[in-house]
Amino acid sequence: MKREFDTEKKLYTLAILVRDIPGVLSQVARLFSRKGYNIESIVSGETDRPGITRITIVILGDELMVNQIAAQCRKLIPVQAVKILEEGASIQREFALIKVKAVDRNARDEVIQMSNLFRANIIDVGRDTLTVAIFGDKDKTGALIGLLEDFGILEIAKTGTLAIERGRSTIYDDNKLKEEYNYGKNVL
Amino acid sequence: MKIRATQAIMECLLEQEVDTVFGYPGGTILNLYDELYNYQGKIRHILTAHEQGASHAADGYARSTGKVGVCFATSGPGATNLTTGIATAYIDSSPVVFITCNVTEPMLGKDSFQEVDITGIAMPITKATYLVRDAQTIPDVMRQAFAVAATGRPGPVLIDFLKNVTAPSVEIDYEFVPWTQNRSCSSIQALSHSHELKSPEPDLEDIEILADMLAQSQRPLLICGGGVVRGRAHEQFRELAEKLDAPVAITVMGGGGFPGGHPLTTGMIGMHGSKASNVACSECDLLLAVGCRFSDRVALNPATFASQAKIVQIDIDRSEIDKNVLTDHHIVGSAKRVLELLNQRLPQYEHKEWKEHILPLREPSIPRDSQSLTPKQVLEVIRRLAPWDTIVSTDVGQHQMWSIQHFHFDYPGQLLTSGGFGTMGFGLGAAIGAKLGNPDKVVVHTTGDGCFRMNCNELATVEHYHLPIITVVFNNGTLGMVRQWQNLIYHQRYSQTTLDRGPDFVKLAEAYGLKGFRVTNRQEMEQAMKAALEAGCGCVLDCHLDMDEMVRPMVPGGADITDFLLK
Repeated sequence: MKREFDTEKKLYTLAILVRDIPGVLSQVARLFSRKGYNIESIVSGETDRPGITRITIVILGDELMVNQIAAQCRKLIPVQAVKILEEGASIQREFALIKVKAVDRNARDEVIQMSNLFRANIIDVGRDTLTVAIFGDKDKTGALIGLLEDFGILEIAKTGTLAIERGRSTIYDDNKLKEEYNYGKNVL
Repeated sequence: MKIRATQAIMECLLEQEVDTVFGYPGGTILNLYDELYNYQGKIRHILTAHEQGASHAADGYARSTGKVGVCFATSGPGATNLTTGIATAYIDSSPVVFITCNVTEPMLGKDSFQEVDITGIAMPITKATYLVRDAQTIPDVMRQAFAVAATGRPGPVLIDFLKNVTAPSVEIDYEFVPWTQNRSCSSIQALSHSHELKSPEPDLEDIEILADMLAQSQRPLLICGGGVVRGRAHEQFRELAEKLDAPVAITVMGGGGFPGGHPLTTGMIGMHGSKASNVACSECDLLLAVGCRFSDRVALNPATFASQAKIVQIDIDRSEIDKNVLTDHHIVGSAKRVLELLNQRLPQYEHKEWKEHILPLREPSIPRDSQSLTPKQVLEVIRRLAPWDTIVSTDVGQHQMWSIQHFHFDYPGQLLTSGGFGTMGFGLGAAIGAKLGNPDKVVVHTTGDGCFRMNCNELATVEHYHLPIITVVFNNGTLGMVRQWQNLIYHQRYSQTTLDRGPDFVKLAEAYGLKGFRVTNRQEMEQAMKAALEAGCGCVLDCHLDMDEMVRPMVPGGADITDFLLK
């Protein structure tokens, strides 16, 4: 029986552990582009292990495509591990800094109120601007940005999505999920 | 022990038992070539006419011997000239280590003379690239590069040394470790920490499932892919085919993986595949593909490909599974190991009815009698006169398809062809590499007039190193395969495919100090081939053919595999 793959296009999150060597981010990003996949967001940062960087990539695609890109990724020499993070089984967050116009006291109060509702912080106050820092999932940051647009957004600095699995399981686990064609280690 | 950095590079080549390198010197790689001067007795350097020729020669050497090929080039244009060769090796999974040098550290990034980011350029067409900025890492990088090139699914690796790293004054710590013992070296350990450095061990449960599927199949078909050739699994594959008593279709890259004259073979499959292969593919109830990635030249239309069959894929590279065609079952592992385990579990089967239905569809290829020379006549003469184990290298186009259809390849490495990348100009370089790697075998290079004109400069290499390579030019005065498409699909609008121009290939051969023969009919072909086999030097047979000869059969790209445009 042919395996049934979910053909619906949706956002998938990939966590990729790489050795921190020059050019590694471009090597991973180029793999995605040359295989014809669009990266929705990409975040790279240190981990608890020295010399190991974690790259989190969100792509829009179907299940087959995500399995394929994960398998391709595992062949890259600096790549230590790749894991497809399921939406329900992982926590996803992003961080945004939003500089918004607040021309008078009313506007300022409203922005502050709204920020409080969203548990966002005001991190800078200018004569006629406020800068809001928000941390949350994509929907939450998106919703706040939508509401703040009424006041006039001057600038946004936003990270891509970060993700980690719920519960005990980690990316370091040698998980033999056959569905992902992960027979343990990466192959050459 | 402290030795010069360049000396360490040479010693690392010796660790890997490299005795032949191909290449072309230049400004930034001077230090390496200076060191090579000290190693003349141990490492033979073949100076080609062009870096592209060197890259194909290293590739041909690797394909025909099963060893890792090595190729040197300088920075900038030297390095970019390699790229076609690197991509050719990459897509056909040929293990080659390319070594280039770059400008010095302070000059890097300044758009210096002959500077180019070759590691960046080669990234998508190699298994790995290394930019070496620290001489201390040389042994590590060299050992890792060879391990990566040769392990798992083989492929090319590029190492780019900065010139200052190779300076004669630079000395590093080095100890000679033969490759068989280098698992303890730090770089190999680091690599094996993240990547499996041996072929993945197949899952026994998967093999049992496959054995059950084979037991239930009434109409099984085997596909012999490039993995059988690269993995040298031809004996195991033959045992499987004979035990299963099933027809065997062979892909372009699979040529040599299964004897071409074996009673079970149906010949080539795909765009120019035989009727037997393509019909078997659409009628079989189980398709077992070994080391085959279902490229668009085989699975022309993935949606209708083997639609009646359960598809089983055996591949060493798990990213190939379900990439082009969805499988019903798959096994990740080397062809050799998987087939060994599978064969142990198989009884002798008999599929008489199915065989009697499929095998007669493979018509014997008999050249028609004709006053003017035909491609089949040329090939028939070569096949009859050349020894059975003659290595055949081809370029790309009509002559390539004719050669693969007509010759019988009996062992891996006998056919050298650019199947995946379709590189015109591949053949002569590959033939040079093959002859140097297999001095006892006859090497025949088939080419077209278009392809040959691309890299015929390598005739200088053929002459200089006294390589008795027989080049057979299928000279039809046109880019035959493109013309065929223009004829069939583009309403005979022959845009820029007519090659009504020189040179005179006989005179060209003579100009390079080789022998040239003009061939216009079968008798002349017979005489020329006999003379060429006895000549003891490189020969060029300029065979004049009709420009409207076509490769038959033909299925257009994207169509159903039995939707023949030409029978």
